[in-house]
Amino acid sequence: MAVTLTERAARRVSNFLAKRGKGVGLRLGVRTSGCSGLAYKLEFADVVNPEDATFESNGVKVLVDPKSLPYIDGTELDFTREGLNEGFQFRNPNTKDQCGCGESFTV
Amino acid sequence: MALLQIAEPGESTAPHEHRLAIGIDLGTTNSLVATVRNGIAVVLNDHDGHSLLPSVVAYTKTGDVKVGFGAQAVQSRDPKNTIVSVKRFMGRGIKDVAHIENCPYDFVDAPGMLKIRTAAGMKSPVEVSAEILKALRSLAEEALIGNSGGKLVGAVVTVPAYFDDAQRQATKDAARLAGLNVLRLLNEPTAAAIAYGLDNAAEGVYAIYDLGGGTFDISVLRLSRGVFEVLATNGDAALGGDDFDHRLYCWVVEKAGLSLLSPGDTSALLVKVRETKEFLSAHTEARITAALSGGQTIDLAVTQLEFWEMTRNLVAKTLAPTRKAMRDAGLTAQDVKGVVMVGGATRMPHVQQAVAELFRQAPLNNLDPDKVVALGAAMQANVLAGNRSREDEWLLLDVIPLSLGIETMGGLVERIIPRNSTIPVARAQEFTTFRDGQTAMSVHVVQGDRDLVSDCRSLARFELRGIPPMTAGAARIRVTFQVDADGLLSVSAREATSGVEASVTVKPSYGLTDDQITQMLKDSYEHARDDVHARALREQQVEAERMSEATQAALREDADLLGLEEAETIMAELETLKRLAAGTDHRAIKLQIDAVNRVTEPFATRRMDRSVRRALAGRSVASIGS
Repeated sequence: MAVTLTERAARRVSNFLAKRGKGVGLRLGVRTSGCSGLAYKLEFADVVNPEDATFESNGVKVLVDPKSLPYIDGTELDFTREGLNEGFQFRNPNTKDQCGCGESFTV
Repeated sequence: MALLQIAEPGESTAPHEHRLAIGIDLGTTNSLVATVRNGIAVVLNDHDGHSLLPSVVAYTKTGDVKVGFGAQAVQSRDPKNTIVSVKRFMGRGIKDVAHIENCPYDFVDAPGMLKIRTAAGMKSPVEVSAEILKALRSLAEEALIGNSGGKLVGAVVTVPAYFDDAQRQATKDAARLAGLNVLRLLNEPTAAAIAYGLDNAAEGVYAIYDLGGGTFDISVLRLSRGVFEVLATNGDAALGGDDFDHRLYCWVVEKAGLSLLSPGDTSALLVKVRETKEFLSAHTEARITAALSGGQTIDLAVTQLEFWEMTRNLVAKTLAPTRKAMRDAGLTAQDVKGVVMVGGATRMPHVQQAVAELFRQAPLNNLDPDKVVALGAAMQANVLAGNRSREDEWLLLDVIPLSLGIETMGGLVERIIPRNSTIPVARAQEFTTFRDGQTAMSVHVVQGDRDLVSDCRSLARFELRGIPPMTAGAARIRVTFQVDADGLLSVSAREATSGVEASVTVKPSYGLTDDQITQMLKDSYEHARDDVHARALREQQVEAERMSEATQAALREDADLLGLEEAETIMAELETLKRLAAGTDHRAIKLQIDAVNRVTEPFATRRMDRSVRRALAGRSVASIGS
């Protein structure tokens, strides 16, 4: 299994990283809390930790800490627009249930 | 579905707690709103892709208010009720405003600030500005929040450096009236300097040359220790890009031998010359073609040099106040470390050339001059909202080796401060009670990255007593973790309604060797999958227990609402739930919880009806309506 980015998401991330001027890639993860158990974490990564699982997807390095991996393995990250709003979306096959907003979920 | 943005490392916020902040450039001619998204400052566009909102507000007899392009469209039809350039009236009385006789409005003098009589009643400049700010606020909320949750914590609104206290207060009042929390008013030249990152640049003097649509401002700033001080300001309140359009318009009228034009032809021609002006910033020659309503056609060629020549004295008019500001600051061109260009009119190459010659250096112009003030305001708002820690503020860069958290129902760990957070750090989270009438809560502080308390290290325990009795889930207990620069952890818990508080202080690293920390981390990685299952099971067990308790409490209270058979079915399902909860199959528990939910649904509905009837008994419809 792996964690991947759609081409559209990868293009955005590469663009943001270039404008930011530093960073080795993108860090995906989960943490407890939120209305439905777990919440996604999406951050720029400046360092690769030795324990990280690393994936390469459409030219972007994706880092996932080992604690988070079981929750999001197989996830595809996409970039979408909804009206004036735009942002990233987790397509996570492990999800059983999520709160209305989709920001937190349970497996 | 929530649309997520990328955060800086270690700065992800909890769901629904994104601290959204915006920067607003409330301009005389146009206004903009910007924010920091994915670490980059961006101006927000409306549905038609416009980033500039004309600062125009139109009032109608029916009480309708139009803002922006919609208001601009009715300006020529209803000039008395269409307020443009309201910024000039902010915090001013009638006698304070120069050339007020040229304005088509029905002014009424009032103590402190003038008012304008419109079709929709008397409006103060504060109310008019608030309409513009409201339009920007709703654009920002639509673009940022959408259905992602989170809330707008506040805005940084920019004002000219020369604004006095009354004008600043009026701007603040307008923002508040628009429902915005003002994080700070920021001087426009300072915002422009921030957008160029000059607040992180070398200390020294910077000049901000701002030639907007209808106003010119020059500001001289000194940066020392990250703070900008305004040394001098000057300008011309009646000089801007529009004057360049007008000069070219007059040239066309003269060249084509036109006499009096209809208002429609005038505005059509003004649009043409504006396009020509913009075209000539990047090309050496342009053609102006137009068909007038009288059948006449215009077809003229104009070169860049001709345009520069005819507007040369307008450029010169900006240089005199600039020299004056430098003299007032007691400085010469050599003292200036950098020049920032602001305002769309600074795109014209001959303006750039004149400024470069005066200061003997190339001005900074690689950001969009229309957007630079809003971008700087957004960056400042982002810092003030607490989304970005300014690195130089940390005296000590150290990290927490293992996550810190508290025990929740079912022996699960809720991490409050994740490992690798830089210290000092403070994080808070809200918890609630599990049982009806619960008056105390035990706070168990643990350290480690495993999901079960039994696999983590216990640091401290304390109790919060004196919680007022409430139904389960109604109490709001805020638990705050704070680690100071010395690594000392203090944990406090506070119940919101009664204000009761309890706290403890510990040294988390006490007694742990590096080897032990490494071992604890390794364990957490190796058991990641087991922990996923353990957490899922405990969560379902806790939910099962909560469900049983709530159902049994309801049965005790309203047993008369149930038939014998129905009561027996519910009891049987609860018995099954109890049996499954003792096992290890979290999916089976989940399914049984759903089953209990189904069989108790009619009972719940009846209970709801009864409590509504009780609440409404003895009250007339009228008293409820009010």
